[in-house]
Amino acid sequence: MDFSVLRNIISRYCAGEEYWVDSRTVYIGHKEPPPGAEAYIPQRYPDNRIVSSKYTLWNFIPKNLFEQFRRIANFYFLLIFLVQLIIDTPTSPVTSGLPLFFVITVTAIKQGYEDWLRHKADCSTNECPVDVVQQGTVVRTQSSKLRVGDVVMVREDETFPCDLILLSSSRDDGTCYVTTTSLDGESSHKTYYAVPDTMAFKTEQEVDSLHATIECEQPQPDLYKFVGRINIYKEREDPLARPLGAENLLLRGATLKNTEHIYAVAIYTGMDTKMALNYQSKSQKRSAVEKSMNAFLIVYLCILISKAVINTVLKYAWQCSPDRDEPWYNHRTEIDRGRHVVIRAFTDFLAFMVLFNYIIPVSMYVTVEMQKFLGSYFIAWDKDMYDEELGEGAQVNTSDLNEELGQVEYVFTDKTGTLTENNMEFIECCVDGHVYIPHAICNGQILSAASSIDMIDSSPGGYRREHEELFFRALCLCHTVQVKEEETVDSIKRGIHQGKPTSFYISSSPDEVALVEGMKRLGYTYLRLKDSHMEILNKDDEIERFELLHVLNFDSVRRRMSVIVKSSAGEYLLFCKGADSSIFPRVVSGKVEQVRARVEQNAVEGLRTLCVAYRSLSPAEYKEACYQLSNAKLALQDREQRLAQAYDLIERNFTLLGATAVEDRLQEKAADTIESLHKAGMKVWVLTGDKMETAAATCYASKLFRSSTQILELTKKRTEEQSLHDVLFDLSRTVLGQRSLSGLSVDCQDYGLIIDGATLSAVLKPSPESSGSGNYREIFLEICRNCSAVLCCRMAPLQKAQIVKLIKVSKEHPITLAIGDGANDVSMILEAHVGIGIMGKEGRQAARNSDYAIPKFKHLKKMLLVHGHFYYIRIAELVQYFFYKNVCFIFPQFLYQFFCGFSQQPLYDTAYLTLYNISFTSLPILLYSLIEKHVSIETLKRDPTLYRDVAKNSLLRWPVFLYWTCLGLFNACIFFFGAYFLFDNTTFTSNGQLMTTNTQMMFGNWTFGTLVFTVLVFTVTLKLALDTHHWTWINHFVIWGSLLFYVIFSLLWGGIIWPFMNYQRMYYVFMQMLSSGPAWLGIILLITISLLPDVVKKVLCRTLWPTATERAHR
Amino acid sequence: MMKEELETANRPDNTAFTQQRLPAWQPMLSAGIVIPGFVLIGLAFIGIGVALFIASQNITVLERDYTGVETVSDCYKCSNPSVKNCTCKLDFSLSNLFEGPVFFYYGLSNYFQSQRAYGASKDEYQLSGDLDYFKTPNSACSPYQYDANNNPIVPCGSLANSMFNDTFKLYQMVNGTKKLVPFDGKGIAWWTDYNIKYRNPSVTPLKNAFNGTVKPPFWSKPAYELDTSDPSNNGFVNQDFLVWMRRAALPDFRKLYRRITEGDYASGLPAGNYSLEIAYNYPVLSFGGRKKVVFSNVSWMGGKNQFLGIAYLVVGSLCVVMSMVMLIVYAKFKFPEDDK
Repeated sequence: MDFSVLRNIISRYCAGEEYWVDSRTVYIGHKEPPPGAEAYIPQRYPDNRIVSSKYTLWNFIPKNLFEQFRRIANFYFLLIFLVQLIIDTPTSPVTSGLPLFFVITVTAIKQGYEDWLRHKADCSTNECPVDVVQQGTVVRTQSSKLRVGDVVMVREDETFPCDLILLSSSRDDGTCYVTTTSLDGESSHKTYYAVPDTMAFKTEQEVDSLHATIECEQPQPDLYKFVGRINIYKEREDPLARPLGAENLLLRGATLKNTEHIYAVAIYTGMDTKMALNYQSKSQKRSAVEKSMNAFLIVYLCILISKAVINTVLKYAWQCSPDRDEPWYNHRTEIDRGRHVVIRAFTDFLAFMVLFNYIIPVSMYVTVEMQKFLGSYFIAWDKDMYDEELGEGAQVNTSDLNEELGQVEYVFTDKTGTLTENNMEFIECCVDGHVYIPHAICNGQILSAASSIDMIDSSPGGYRREHEELFFRALCLCHTVQVKEEETVDSIKRGIHQGKPTSFYISSSPDEVALVEGMKRLGYTYLRLKDSHMEILNKDDEIERFELLHVLNFDSVRRRMSVIVKSSAGEYLLFCKGADSSIFPRVVSGKVEQVRARVEQNAVEGLRTLCVAYRSLSPAEYKEACYQLSNAKLALQDREQRLAQAYDLIERNFTLLGATAVEDRLQEKAADTIESLHKAGMKVWVLTGDKMETAAATCYASKLFRSSTQILELTKKRTEEQSLHDVLFDLSRTVLGQRSLSGLSVDCQDYGLIIDGATLSAVLKPSPESSGSGNYREIFLEICRNCSAVLCCRMAPLQKAQIVKLIKVSKEHPITLAIGDGANDVSMILEAHVGIGIMGKEGRQAARNSDYAIPKFKHLKKMLLVHGHFYYIRIAELVQYFFYKNVCFIFPQFLYQFFCGFSQQPLYDTAYLTLYNISFTSLPILLYSLIEKHVSIETLKRDPTLYRDVAKNSLLRWPVFLYWTCLGLFNACIFFFGAYFLFDNTTFTSNGQLMTTNTQMMFGNWTFGTLVFTVLVFTVTLKLALDTHHWTWINHFVIWGSLLFYVIFSLLWGGIIWPFMNYQRMYYVFMQMLSSGPAWLGIILLITISLLPDVVKKVLCRTLWPTATERAHR
Repeated sequence: MMKEELETANRPDNTAFTQQRLPAWQPMLSAGIVIPGFVLIGLAFIGIGVALFIASQNITVLERDYTGVETVSDCYKCSNPSVKNCTCKLDFSLSNLFEGPVFFYYGLSNYFQSQRAYGASKDEYQLSGDLDYFKTPNSACSPYQYDANNNPIVPCGSLANSMFNDTFKLYQMVNGTKKLVPFDGKGIAWWTDYNIKYRNPSVTPLKNAFNGTVKPPFWSKPAYELDTSDPSNNGFVNQDFLVWMRRAALPDFRKLYRRITEGDYASGLPAGNYSLEIAYNYPVLSFGGRKKVVFSNVSWMGGKNQFLGIAYLVVGSLCVVMSMVMLIVYAKFKFPEDDK
């Protein structure tokens, strides 16, 4: 909190001219407050125009160019291009200008198109009609013209045009129903409330007469937080101040449901709306492959620079003797002679840089990006990851991380909704140790059995009777469930047929629905909330009414919720339900022991338990509570904190009533998936907010822990007995001792660690002894490293992220994956290298913030083992191959400098230099990197251990990179010296037998280059062909097509006098070369020599050291 | 209804492509294929190698250095750059018939025709006969763009300027008399160079096109007088000029000078004594170069080239050896393919 204050202060002073205030004051209907009121500082607000587009027609070219050249690679190519323009360079600027222009243009077109789409979308939103109340009448206007303070009328099924404060609704109770599907994916209808004092303004005339101002905080992106205050001025009265909260705020993007119309006042418009603020892009994640690629690039940059330096130095060393420097046949110009030697050397250095710059190709970035972008479609297209029930398949939110899916070492998974269905079923409840079980449960569907209660002990006692009734009432009252009496309810929400066939319970928490449904089966039916009264149909078919006074909402810190109700008898009661750990410390009476025993037993069986307690409030106590609550709610600042304090004061001195148990079944194939992940060498950690016992039971059920697993506990219970220090050392001794003893057979004993949130924060907390903190952390990591499975229970959302971060930054820097379904998993999803969201029942927040979203946990298996594996080998080959083919391409140029007096004479023609990476060798590798399958999908699925073959970036490690580079160098030497020996000192000429019109001619330097280039294109393409395991017609088409294209292009390029070119050096060179028999033989020979070593290496490696993948091939 | 449509819209296409199940040929570099493949390739290569080697062996090459570095050489007297219009003689004898057609080359070494600035120093438009470029040659030709009096040089540039200008005459000594061996200078350059790429301006007589221009400083005759005997071999479409203009790739090179295809020598040079008369004009010693003449005949695979044949033999044998190694590995480690 101190920080936010500080931030406010800072931003206030940094805002400069703009007068910055923490809150804004809105005049409803633009009516000035009466003169007596405080003087407000008038502020200017943006209009309601949504601008999601980045560019306008005018600034597109400069802005887009600027954005693109901010990328270091593009900038490098631009520099090379500029150098070529300025100095006298061996290659024409076209060679680097054209590819750069191509890349820039394609990117600009893509971005321009996307921006055009955004413009269109903006336009349609900005022009959509809105009804505004002006001078007592409703006026239709465009959405973009809406201003802060306008009173807006919204009809049913319309979307709110901006963030609004609800003033009144067509419903009598001043409520309205809203779905926020487009915001957070929750399709349930949420209820929003009007302030009671404005509820009565029901027509436009009345609303227009309303004289009020709203003070509220400046816009902030949190969808669920809002604090404000409305001041209503009445004739000659003090202004009436009422608190406003998130329950009064209608968000832009949400849709009005089940309400005829509402009146509301605009408070945040345009880019200030919470929806717009939430558009801010997430920080970008970079994959391990990208990091290796950048490392390789740096190596290549060094190679490039050292090549240029070597050649420059050699040039001047060689030129020492004057006959070499300036032989009579090659005199320099006067201007050149007049230049200082340093300038000449520097120019030469730049010219060499230009000559060799192709070693870092522009097209690699384009190809990698295309591969990622196009490749990600295969995930979305996969029908195995399509869920019938949900009607959705996998969803790719970023394509940058495809290959990271093949590199995962740690999987952090949420439990509820991820491992389990989050499809709750009421199992039992216990009141003071007596257990009640509704029966007749079939396939999760409950057959109507309202009256049948299976009571284990039915002896009625006065005290017990009283508690039993209170317990059932508590569960019927203490919730936020709505009753939906409608047919068109979303099928996703599980409903239950009530007395009338068309009513459903709806809640954002499936537990609550399960509890209320369970209560119904036990005879207590919650009917509805009407006029602040909750109606219950009790066992004897009587309707009981309770006035709902306050709801103390659930939050994940408190882990409990309460309601304060007034019974028909006038009694004030506070009912609370929550996690056992948050209830027991606040209980002063009740049969704590029995309930605790039952709760623990249920937890061991993997059931989710909740404890229920109540407190009877005297009117004085109630008044006090009311006072505290309204005080806290009215606060404009630190409201959260003050509310928490108020709740803490009210929720105490409970009498324990009992506990409930709800079952959350495991997701289909969850155990199989976890087993596969284990076999694939991944460590699976379960991070959950649940109790240890429940979570552990789930872990056993999902085979995360097996019966053979030795469980290590690092929990609060244990650290209470021993000091944390001792426990940690004990555990590490156990783990490490075993390791050193077992020696080779490491896997003989596997460990599972259970740690809870409290202990975790103790481990991570910097301890008072300054040296100790790092130690604990290290020991803890050491223990974790040796455990195959870790269960972290009682985690707060932020702690989940902390754990992920802890592993992420540990010294091996493993690749982490977080998977979850709820809002509480968002932080860890954002933190992990790869975040996966489950499209679950708890809204879409996780899916929206994730990198990939899948319908079910079981789809993770295919995602990682198949897609991840494929993407990884594809991109690894792509990266290595790109560097390889450019070494092959450029190294002969380097060698040639030794034979042309270091004069930067290019070996290849300009067209070849330009098109080599763009067209001759680009498509085969792109298509390879999209559709290569080195083993079948079935094999990968069947044998998860194959995943270990690609673990730890194995295909992009330095030895592999070195192999490829050496292969490239070897090939380049073969190309160059092969051609050299064919030409050297012997007549490598055409003998005229193939082309009768020609007789013996000399072959010049361009023929030499063309020979090298032809061998080069064929070799690198055939090398890829050798690496291809999966030859579809597409592969055949692009590989043979590319070679054919090269030949046809060369024939065409050399076959015509191109009128626009000022040199015709390639004229007939290619044909002349092909007319020579030795050239053919030479080409075949050189290609064979270049490819042989790789083939031999492949065959020998397959035989001697086959990888698991290759073994699986058999 | 709407719901169903929505669902089908979301459902991924079940096609072979989208599901990554395109039918495919999945070849494997297994030992079973590679070993026989290697043996086959090896044998084929050895075959080609043997043929190439034999063809190369059958080619006769006669090579003589005439730079005149050694004092015993007749050309020693000409090697001093101050001596002008020097002629020297190179005698050799053939014991067998030098089978024809015989090709006569001149060779230069340590001569960097592959220098970038040197190679760029020409004007392609000028050489294709564009008269505009006779007046203002390309600046790349500098320092042979204009002469000291600011007259344009045609053909401009270092490449043209440094054209090889030694001339040769070959005599057979028959009974003490010299019998001239006729040289054929036609068709020694690329057909496309002679007929398409290089063009003289369409001005007759050709001399008029060169009005207002000067010859390259190194040349003794202007371009339109390169071959006084054959008017169609003048200007830019002179065979010797074209041969020179096609830059050699490497610093040691030879270029075709003449063919011996006519008269008594159509079937080759008969055994006997020969004398080569050299008009020694071209200076090479200043940059440490050498000049030589080469007589050679050709076979179906071109000129004499031991390298190609040997390389084929070596690679072919390597293939066979490799297949042996793989076979041993196979036997020792039991190729996994067999376990199936």
